[in-house]
Amino acid sequence: MSLLSIQDLKVSFATRRGSVEAVRGISLEIRKGEVLGIVGESGSGKSVTSYALMRLLERNGRISGGSLTYGGIDLRQARESTMRDLRGREISMIFQNPRAALNPIRKVGHQIEDVLRRHAKATRSNARSAAIRALEAVRIRDAEARYNAYPFELSGGMCQRVVIAIALACDPKLLIADEPTTGLDITTQKAVMDLIADLIAERGMSAMVITHDLGLAAQYCNRLVVMKDGEIVEEGGPETLFSRPQHAYTRKLVDATPRPGASVRQLLPLDQRSAEPQLPKAETPLLEIRDLTKTYQGRSGPVHAVKGISFEVRKGESVGLVGESGCGKSTTSSMLVRLIDPTSGEILFNGRDLARSPARNFARDADRARIQMVFQDATDSFNPRHTARQSIAEPLARLTNTPKRQRVARVEELADLVGLPRPLLDRFPHQLSGGQKARVGIARAIAVDPQFLILDEPTAALDVSIQAIVLNLLVDLRTKLGISYLFVSHDLHVVRLLCDRVIVMRDGEIVEQGTAASVMETPSHPYTRELLAASPKPPLPAPPERTAAE
Amino acid sequence: MAGRLRTIGLRITHAIPVILGVVVVSFLLTRALPGDPAVYFAGHAADEASIEEVRTALGLDKPLPEQFLVYAGNVLTGDLGQSLSTGQPVIEDLAHRLPASLELTLTALLLSCTIAIPLGVLAATRPGSAVDHLCRVLVTAGVSLPTFFTGVLLIYIFYYLLGIAPSPLGRLDFIYIEPDRITGFYLIDAAIAGDWETWTGALKQLVLPAITLTLFTLAPLARMTRAAMLSALSSDYIRTARAAGLTEDKVLFTYAFRNALLPVVTTLGMVFSFTLGANVLVEKVFAWPGIGSYAVEALVVSDYAAVQGFVLAMALLFVVLNLVIDLSYTLIDPRIGFETR
Repeated sequence: MSLLSIQDLKVSFATRRGSVEAVRGISLEIRKGEVLGIVGESGSGKSVTSYALMRLLERNGRISGGSLTYGGIDLRQARESTMRDLRGREISMIFQNPRAALNPIRKVGHQIEDVLRRHAKATRSNARSAAIRALEAVRIRDAEARYNAYPFELSGGMCQRVVIAIALACDPKLLIADEPTTGLDITTQKAVMDLIADLIAERGMSAMVITHDLGLAAQYCNRLVVMKDGEIVEEGGPETLFSRPQHAYTRKLVDATPRPGASVRQLLPLDQRSAEPQLPKAETPLLEIRDLTKTYQGRSGPVHAVKGISFEVRKGESVGLVGESGCGKSTTSSMLVRLIDPTSGEILFNGRDLARSPARNFARDADRARIQMVFQDATDSFNPRHTARQSIAEPLARLTNTPKRQRVARVEELADLVGLPRPLLDRFPHQLSGGQKARVGIARAIAVDPQFLILDEPTAALDVSIQAIVLNLLVDLRTKLGISYLFVSHDLHVVRLLCDRVIVMRDGEIVEQGTAASVMETPSHPYTRELLAASPKPPLPAPPERTAAE
Repeated sequence: MAGRLRTIGLRITHAIPVILGVVVVSFLLTRALPGDPAVYFAGHAADEASIEEVRTALGLDKPLPEQFLVYAGNVLTGDLGQSLSTGQPVIEDLAHRLPASLELTLTALLLSCTIAIPLGVLAATRPGSAVDHLCRVLVTAGVSLPTFFTGVLLIYIFYYLLGIAPSPLGRLDFIYIEPDRITGFYLIDAAIAGDWETWTGALKQLVLPAITLTLFTLAPLARMTRAAMLSALSSDYIRTARAAGLTEDKVLFTYAFRNALLPVVTTLGMVFSFTLGANVLVEKVFAWPGIGSYAVEALVVSDYAAVQGFVLAMALLFVVLNLVIDLSYTLIDPRIGFETR
């Protein structure tokens, strides 16, 4: 018996350039106790579907066709007051970016009470104890004390638990989770997903999990639906979908999902795979880090962000730096790229100690051009008023003596190198897609022929299929140009694909380092094992030959 | 809570150097004014010798640092000097005129808030609706009409044409007796004295200038409320609140409005400080015996003690105002006080 049934749903948005159809006639059902995963890349209409069924679409959006039925109630025709009674009591929702999803200036306990009292699950006198019980239900320790906390006093994972507590406070029958783990650390991600799965099972709820992460969906859902451009392209059990994807798009997604055993080339669709790259042998050291520390002066005493780490990066080598937020990996990369000064220690680059050259003056240092960085946020790291051409040309103009004419030629050469079509060079950042911006960011970083490139989660914000392309581009560039990489990431699968060696950091210390294979296959430190265990394990796809005939 | 109290304490101690700076600046500023006060003080018929005499009597022949020490010492004992034009001690003049200005400004702001904030909220919840357009018209009119114009227009309509308003000649018509001074605010003093006739008389006088100022201060407040509400309403936590089925009132007021309050309070502080200084025009039009017109008159005749007193009083008021605003932030936003640095 189905709890929710969506028939031929269409959602359109009124924009300045006319009406845009975001969901184009999808039909799906969720049965009692079932967990349905909706998987798709950005713009596939997966979130819009969930907002439509909650009737929480933006002002310019409307349901333009089809029907939505929940437990016999027609959600499309229901009055707003009926919807308000349903929301939170029958159907609840949790969101990505949990910290922003909570009212920043209201105690979390009060936010839970608001829902409880709205749906008459508690009265003024017992609301407090009911809210504390709701916090305990999401396994928050010391719930009594957390009741009085504000969101900014809690970690991201803890905030997500509070969001879940709000959603589940009134025992709804259907839970919609919209990218519930995006932006959370990998171990937190696992803890949150496990918690959601446990609660769903405990209470016999149904759920709709919306995610771009195929691996995650496969692990936690009974059934998957793959969406593309507002349509459902395929539906099935996770195992079947992975082993025998029917639709070309599903195949592409399955392929692009980083997984153990696949090489970086195998992330690409079959027809786009070029020969495996021949990577240079790395022997001579390029960068040697010795006993590097960074201590910040905090309010309650000094904060040891990096506590004496040592490692080296050889010429032409790619080293992965892995760890969760707050482990000191960003501080480390900022020190290496010489944006901040270390408290003590040496940064030997080609034998010269860069730590002695203060960060303030490093822009004029001869080694400035040799160490470059690709930033995580491809949008915010560009001047919004500069075209792609200007952005790429800027380091050339500032760090080299290239005459203007040659700069123009060099920018076009770089565009070709990173696979950015030349006509796109005159576009502004907001006119480029995520993948194109990533290419511009890489082109800008390699414009001045650096020997060492720090890549700070360059694919974290990209869809998997785009990520696959960008990762391959990075591998190609390394083969062609012989640049050394320090690849900062929290995604172990991605690091395995791209790096020769891996460094695992925790609390400002290196807990383990070694070749990618040894760290991944036989981790020696319990923390590394914990990280590996926490990353989603997608079912292995069948060898490509079997479905290649499609 | 302890963190919050510490921030409040810290914020109050921060005000001390500002006040010291204000004393120095008000002293230097008046010394930089063109014109020789000794000449004015000595009067028209004075000759060189008597001017010198006055100069010595005023202590103006001493070097600047010494003059400053004398001045600072006097300020500490509450002696701001003697006004040349009124012949009264400056401190008494200020004590008389500051409440007049404050009464006018506060009434206008109160009125302004009660109109602008609901208007901004309504406009934000119904973008593109009639209320939104009304808000836009009012805001545009408010900023583009200068206060002296609206003032004169209101007098023309309500006093000259309709005859409902009393003559625009100060705080109280001569037929009433000034209430005993307790706070200096006529409305409050009359109420304390239980003299409701005077209270009504004072209120009648207050209405037109207050409306003039209200129209002027309405614009930034309504605009800011609308913008702050719009951005609050589009944030993620509002979506969470809606998804939890909370009522629209709860979403609007407990969730959106409290978050939108911060920028509104900031704007309120700014509006308050600039109206206090800038309502000279309104005071002139309505012959309101406020601090603004006092300062202008003093400035014209190089009455430096009065100008100095005015600058000092205003600056202190600004310091106190900013303090109050900062403190009200800590009440609205729990995040303040925990920030590093």
